[in-house]
Amino acid sequence: MSRPERKPVRLVPVPSTNKIPERDIGQSPILECRHLGIDFGGLTAVNDLNMAIGRTEIAGLIGPNGAGKTTVFNLLTKVYQPTRGSILLDGHETSKMTTAQVNRTGIARTFQNIRLFDNLSVEDNVKLGLHNHIRYGMFEGIFRLPRFWSQEKLAHESALELLHIFGMEDMANVKAGSLPYGAQRRLEIVRALATNPSLLLLDEPAAGMNPSETSELMDNIVKIRNTFHIAILLIEHDMNLVMGICEGICVLNFGQVIAKGTPDEIKSNPVVIEAYLGKGKKGGK
Amino acid sequence: MNAIKNLNKTTRNNFLTYGAVVLAYAVVQLLMGSLSSSLKGMLVPICAYVVMALSLNLTVGVLGELSLGHAGFMSVGAFSGVTAAMALQELIPFAPLRLTVSMLIGAVFAGIAGFLIGIPVLRLNGDYLAIVTLAFGEIIKSIINNLYLGLDGKGLHFSLLTDRTALDEDGLLIIGGPMGIGGIQRLSTFTAGFVLVMLSLFIIFNLVNSRTGRAIMAVRDNSIAAESIGINITKYKLIAFVTSAALAGAAGTLFAMNYTTIVANKFDFNASILILVFVVLGGLGNMFGSIVAAAALTILPEALREFDDYRMLVYAIVLILVMLATNNPAIQGFFARLRGARKGAAEQ
Repeated sequence: MSRPERKPVRLVPVPSTNKIPERDIGQSPILECRHLGIDFGGLTAVNDLNMAIGRTEIAGLIGPNGAGKTTVFNLLTKVYQPTRGSILLDGHETSKMTTAQVNRTGIARTFQNIRLFDNLSVEDNVKLGLHNHIRYGMFEGIFRLPRFWSQEKLAHESALELLHIFGMEDMANVKAGSLPYGAQRRLEIVRALATNPSLLLLDEPAAGMNPSETSELMDNIVKIRNTFHIAILLIEHDMNLVMGICEGICVLNFGQVIAKGTPDEIKSNPVVIEAYLGKGKKGGK
Repeated sequence: MNAIKNLNKTTRNNFLTYGAVVLAYAVVQLLMGSLSSSLKGMLVPICAYVVMALSLNLTVGVLGELSLGHAGFMSVGAFSGVTAAMALQELIPFAPLRLTVSMLIGAVFAGIAGFLIGIPVLRLNGDYLAIVTLAFGEIIKSIINNLYLGLDGKGLHFSLLTDRTALDEDGLLIIGGPMGIGGIQRLSTFTAGFVLVMLSLFIIFNLVNSRTGRAIMAVRDNSIAAESIGINITKYKLIAFVTSAALAGAAGTLFAMNYTTIVANKFDFNASILILVFVVLGGLGNMFGSIVAAAALTILPEALREFDDYRMLVYAIVLILVMLATNNPAIQGFFARLRGARKGAAEQ
């Protein structure tokens, strides 16, 4: 399917000290969060998050358990309404958008606990990702008018094409719920990609994978970025994956950003090490 | 045979369902002479209940929301359709055309009712949605029970609670509050019922196997994921709900036009539950099952007539036995083996 060209948007000043990869510096960032925060009752889950992501950057969001990483994803996709701050997606303010509208504007995501349409076939799952790119009305569908056939044919072809990225074409007719775990994770990524996003959010894509699957996944994430020229933000606990492919990393602890930078900077940052491993005894041994 | 095998499984099942309905129609038409009069009288209600079961299956099986007020939409369709048929008596003398137009009007009114009720109701989920649809079903019943509607030279008149329509002398009171509608011309025929069943099957199958139907099933399987890929949940819930209500409205018109009088109390909570029983017994999302269950369970009380006072008791026991049987692993395994053996035989 021919994907619509993305129009360049007006340049937005970058407020944060984020390091965007050099090749993206000439363009405005795809995503910008300014002083983003959310409270649940009296609990501040995320506070004063500033982040910018370059157009073709692979960025990582890491932090100990309960740091608020998935909450950030839910804020970006408007599952939660932010209490403070703003999110600019491609220069568009998202405060008045719903989850579905945010997706149409350009964010697609996967979930930590897999959320597929279990009773539908793999192909239908991908076609649902293409939902807003298939154009025919309900009555054209019921009466099987010519547009139905041409659009469905197109959807079938592009679904198989997308499944080909992960070599899953031969599983097209299998029920999504009966796929093995790894294939379900891959299918979720394919479905997200089908919505033609400009920013892909991956919530723990390597969870439950063995080292060889993880390294295959790393290659695929880079391949996706290179093929579709999109930005990817991922949450991950597997440091080999994060340090291996991320260009910019943001470390979160107790809802606060405690460090930002390149993998090398993060690795040697004492604050990060402390957040993960805790403080050594005073004076040490 | 090869052509059938090559079709995708869903398409094949759909065509088998169409075929079964056509076959049933043909067989009944052939045996028409030897059928008992009570069975003959039940042919149209069976068709109406089949359409009701099919349409409720769209809400319960495909959309995955439990609706307990489906008879309410049948009622709206029945009363608006019959009113239309009476008002159009002189305008359209040709009976089948008048029936078609009335059914369409019944479907449109029930669809509008579905839309209005759907907006608040579909914000809810699960049990809450079931309770509120139940309430709306009862509200529709009460409104129609208190509605007076008449037609005279000056046009349509209506009032609520008491008859204040003040019709001219040549006027005709169509809906008489709790008395319902009397003096209906019995336009419904078995053939009309058959056509409506086929049409409902056509609409539901084609809707389910299209972009819209996929989105509806996505909302059922995982609404959070559906939203995350840009599907407007409320829109697709409404589409399924309104389509379901409109089909129920057409079925209501068909049902009402089979009797000379019709009252709103006929479409009460018990009727809604009865239709839900058809759907659950036939299998959620299984249209063929709905048809069989609706037909069988409409005939069953008549067939049990010889049990006299114990009729409903036996009916309930039969229901429980069927449910136990369909959920029994041993019996399921038996049918699975049967299917496996057949498949094996086909491959050899």
